[in-house]
Amino acid sequence: MAAQILSAIIVIIVGVGGCVAYFWGANKVLDLIFPSRGVKGEKAIDNLRKQAMIRPWLFIGPAMLVLVVYLIYPVIQTVYLSFHDRSGENFVGLSNYAWAFGDREFRSSILNNLLWLLVVPAACTFFGLIIAVLTDRIWWGAIAKSLIFLPLAISFVGASVIWKFIYEYRDAGQTQIGVLNAIVQALGGNPQFWISLPFWNNFFLMVILIWIQTGFAMVILSAALRGIPEETIEAAVIDGASPFQIFWKIMVPQIWGTIAVVWTTITILVLKVFDIVLTMTNGQWNSQVLANLMFDWMFRGGGDFGRGATIAVIIMLAVLPIMIWNIRQANRETGGH
Amino acid sequence: MGTPSGRSTAGRIGVHLAVLFFVAVWTIPTLGILVSSLRDKDQIIASGWWSAFTGSAQTEAGRLAPASAQQEKDGKFVIAGNLFETPGEREVTAFGTRVQAPSDYEAGSVAELKDGVTLQVNADGSYVLASPKAFEGDRGQRVYYAVTAPPRFTTENYETVLFSEGIGRSFINSLTVTVPATIIPIMVAAFAAYALAWMRFPGRALIIAVIIGLLVVPLQMALIPLLQLYNGVGAFFGVPSKTYLGIWLAHTGFGLPFAIYLLRSYMAGLPRELMESARMDGASDFEIFIKIVLPLSLPVLASFAIFQFLWVWNDLLVAMVFLGSGADQLVLTGKLNALLGSRGGDWEILTTSAFVTIIVPLIVFFSLQRYFVRGLLAGSVKGG
Repeated sequence: MAAQILSAIIVIIVGVGGCVAYFWGANKVLDLIFPSRGVKGEKAIDNLRKQAMIRPWLFIGPAMLVLVVYLIYPVIQTVYLSFHDRSGENFVGLSNYAWAFGDREFRSSILNNLLWLLVVPAACTFFGLIIAVLTDRIWWGAIAKSLIFLPLAISFVGASVIWKFIYEYRDAGQTQIGVLNAIVQALGGNPQFWISLPFWNNFFLMVILIWIQTGFAMVILSAALRGIPEETIEAAVIDGASPFQIFWKIMVPQIWGTIAVVWTTITILVLKVFDIVLTMTNGQWNSQVLANLMFDWMFRGGGDFGRGATIAVIIMLAVLPIMIWNIRQANRETGGH
Repeated sequence: MGTPSGRSTAGRIGVHLAVLFFVAVWTIPTLGILVSSLRDKDQIIASGWWSAFTGSAQTEAGRLAPASAQQEKDGKFVIAGNLFETPGEREVTAFGTRVQAPSDYEAGSVAELKDGVTLQVNADGSYVLASPKAFEGDRGQRVYYAVTAPPRFTTENYETVLFSEGIGRSFINSLTVTVPATIIPIMVAAFAAYALAWMRFPGRALIIAVIIGLLVVPLQMALIPLLQLYNGVGAFFGVPSKTYLGIWLAHTGFGLPFAIYLLRSYMAGLPRELMESARMDGASDFEIFIKIVLPLSLPVLASFAIFQFLWVWNDLLVAMVFLGSGADQLVLTGKLNALLGSRGGDWEILTTSAFVTIIVPLIVFFSLQRYFVRGLLAGSVKGG
């Protein structure tokens, strides 16, 4: 253990020192090869021009290298693997995709993922917006926001333990130690093994992600609400609009852009949801989702890379429209810079 | 905001109540495991954590002293003693002699058993069993009794999980993964972000577009090829394929698009005159970056560091793929996941372990919330 801590410290020193040494050294070497001081006239200008051409690539080089090895190459390779068999060696055409759409577990994962996509972003945005509006009106709003924001710092696994404890089930008549079943029993109902109820268990898992992500939606939307010009709201008040009319007709339309951003961010997160399903049910009782299914195939029976890659590509296809929209949006913004 | 905050008193109270409701729903789950982790493990299974402060009731079984302990008194045979080994801690509320009716008689009352035998059990656990005839047999009378235990809080669970369940070791492993995986990408990203914000070179717009595209690429797309790559490298050099170095670099790669994006948009917003006047004075790009841009960018570097720290600390997927499951490499999230499988019903272990895993993010979060929120706003309002 001491060796492990020592090696971590050494890596930090070597890593940071190495980075500094690289950037400083590369810069020095460039100055030596194309000196701009001590040479005269044309030569100095020429050298300065060459330096300006090369230096950006020295700055950006390490980042490019890491991005290519850890993201760009893997993305291409995953697409390639999805057309190959489990070992990744023999070309099999589209048969992995044909398998996927014929597979019962895969189809159930797609349906569950769609359910997640319909419910979670909507619920997070809705609750986030309501809480943002309400907390802006009270003196202890900042404390309230901070507490609702807190689950965002908790890991999905930690949150799963927290909620598994809430859903804990004992036979009817026994003392319930799970909050949910205790409430149900106190109201005269029958305690349930919540996460095993087909179809409905999806919602009990979604609650966990909603609990985590509402704080995110709240913070972003709260900032957007503060950006609304006061005059528009004052005018509505003078015209006799009710609080509900002000909310729906004046405030919400002015922050549509932000709502869209929150919605798409949570949508991407939902497509990748993995930890919650793995720890709560591991896909049992018809609660499987794509990301967990992909992880499963990565290691099932020694690992079927073809099928795993196929499922990854299908998740990627769902993200693609958002990616294209983002790039176009960013190009428009940075166009002038 | 300029809205009239509820025109009526009722409306204002309604707002307070609504917010109170949301705060309760969002904090009670976490409170549940915090309280449970501090409770005695017998009490956790005996009553809900919300009754932790009122004491818990449960039914227990015991035997009275055997016939050899009897004494003759006023023509009666009497066995007296106490149900509790250490009287005074708990209280009997009711007792009985049949398992079907364990609380037939109230504490302090005298129960008439068959053949004229009487039994009295008091709240403090002391009992008197009396009979007109001598008791026989070497096993004492069986009794059932309901006890209430006063709330008992303990740090025993923490000692157990930290030192004998392996959570302590996993804590060190998590730190080993997280600290370098947070520091390394900052350096790499800062230089790249400066180049993309303030240097002119062909292909810059394309690189920015690619990085924005990579922001949303699901991690799942990278796992299988990297697993193959690591296995290949490991086999080629004859070294293990699951190493800390491997996961540091993987987290660096996965965090880099967001880091570059966040830092670049911040640096691009710095005043142009600053760079130009420095350049007039003969400063090179390297000097401008180190002496001007980097110090000015500290707030955004802090934002990214918090993000990356939380993301790496809370990650399960990357750790499961790129690290082994032995005690020397299992991080907290992985350990917690393993405990959910092996110690499924042992809530004293699970709640305590869960609290240990979330305590570091909570501290980071509460002490640096300002930077966290700033990064969140900068990172998502523009890109997503």
